[in-house]
Amino acid sequence: MDLAKLSLSDQAVIASAALILFTSFIMLAQARIRPLIYAFAWQGVLLALITALVALVSGQSHLYISAALTLGLKAFLIPWMLHRLAVRLNVQHEVEPLANPSILLLIGSALVIFSYYVSVPIVQFSTLVIRNTVAVSVAVVLLGMLVMVARDKAIAQVVGFMSIENGLFFAAVVSTYGMPMVVELGIAFDVLVAAVLFGVFFFQIRASIDSLDVSRLNRLREIDE
Amino acid sequence: MPNDTVLAWLLAVVQTLLFIGAAPLLAGWIKRVKCHMQNRAAPSLIQPYRDLAKLFRKELVLAENASWLFRATPYIVFAALVLAAATVPLIALSSPTAAIADVIVLVGFFALARFFLALAGLDIGTAFGGMGSSREMTIASLSEPAMLMAVFTLALTAHTTNLSEAIEHNLAAGLVLRPSFLFALLGLTMVAIAECGRIPIDNPATHLELTMVHEAMVLEYAGRNLALLEWAGQIKLMIYGVLIANIFWPWGIAETLDAAALGVGVVAIAAKLTGLGILLVVWETVIAKMRLFRVPQFLGFAFLLALLGMLTQVILETGT
Repeated sequence: MDLAKLSLSDQAVIASAALILFTSFIMLAQARIRPLIYAFAWQGVLLALITALVALVSGQSHLYISAALTLGLKAFLIPWMLHRLAVRLNVQHEVEPLANPSILLLIGSALVIFSYYVSVPIVQFSTLVIRNTVAVSVAVVLLGMLVMVARDKAIAQVVGFMSIENGLFFAAVVSTYGMPMVVELGIAFDVLVAAVLFGVFFFQIRASIDSLDVSRLNRLREIDE
Repeated sequence: MPNDTVLAWLLAVVQTLLFIGAAPLLAGWIKRVKCHMQNRAAPSLIQPYRDLAKLFRKELVLAENASWLFRATPYIVFAALVLAAATVPLIALSSPTAAIADVIVLVGFFALARFFLALAGLDIGTAFGGMGSSREMTIASLSEPAMLMAVFTLALTAHTTNLSEAIEHNLAAGLVLRPSFLFALLGLTMVAIAECGRIPIDNPATHLELTMVHEAMVLEYAGRNLALLEWAGQIKLMIYGVLIANIFWPWGIAETLDAAALGVGVVAIAAKLTGLGILLVVWETVIAKMRLFRVPQFLGFAFLLALLGMLTQVILETGT
């Protein structure tokens, strides 16, 4: 495939896909809570942009609704809710030291190569010009999981979880021009409800262990030795 | 035919002379814009030339225990950087020097200069020199892989490591939104900032013991030796500026060797470097110098960007 032969909007889809991958890496490396939420919001903006571009290229008008929904929910509402929760829990300035950020980033790069490897057979079934971005969507899912594995703080884990959902939505848009509208609406509201529930859980976790560090839940003793 | 060859070589020599002659001007421009940004009285644009001329006139003072290595280093460093400048297309493509040396040779020239500079820093045996050398090599060992990775991303797209041909390829392709180029540009810029000793890695204007890297190594030099080393530093900054400008925005560079195209080439590169200089100053003004121990993280991020550039080149742009 030659990138120079594609239309400008297809090129823009591919460039935004690369930027989505980049925001996933920023989430992986970002130790502060507030920039982490901002990175998540930017991922939502890029996802909405891609959905709108795909709608423009394919002429599927229902994708415009998806794009608007993504922009409203994932770029504004959910980041705003997470940010407000962080302020109310007074953790918005907290820094979570990562043990070894460089190793984490290298593991992330290895996951990207792995997702390319596993998505090659899938990609061959698709006839869309932007089919190569499927590998990126798999990588975004895996990187979201890596964020959840690498982080101890509950808010960072929730951001990782939400970015997994971003990856799935991205895969649906670029491989089959989106899911049916009913399914998309259902998922969108599920995610919204999940964000509200996570908020309740944050307060529960903090009430029981006096911290948002969920690695403490692994301990059986109540008193540190 | 022989006439053409002679002309081409003559042009290559003139281009290199222009390159090293304009390098202090770029440094002066950056210093001037920076002064304006910080509300200080700005020195004249040609102040770096005056400084160099003053240093060349000064008496040469050498430490008692300086070996031949210490005396030879300024000449080796300067020569390596002049040769490196000769391989980078400034105003015209397809010069005979660019055909001989590709971008890996360019990285090699940088490594050669750095190797001798670090040895010279150790040669006198002062604490500062050794400290500067050790820091310089730490930074270099991290920035070199990132630079090579960024360069290979370009080479994958253009199918060549020859700079002149790669720029020609980009010029012919026109405006293509290549995500890999975006990442390579960011990675290469971060490497350039680290290698040229700019903020946030090193402060070129400081003589504060605990923070200096480049200055610590050249602390023992005086007179014309110091002048050569400072000039070499300015050439290095200019090489990175021209690399970034001509690879990612190749428009305006002369493809033929007639007077009109060359004139456009001179104006284009001057405009691009002026813009890049302003960007560099804005960046240096808004950002604070980082602790030395955070430098590996900075360069690790540059490496990641270059790696992402290569991955997106393979995954998104070539694909299946």
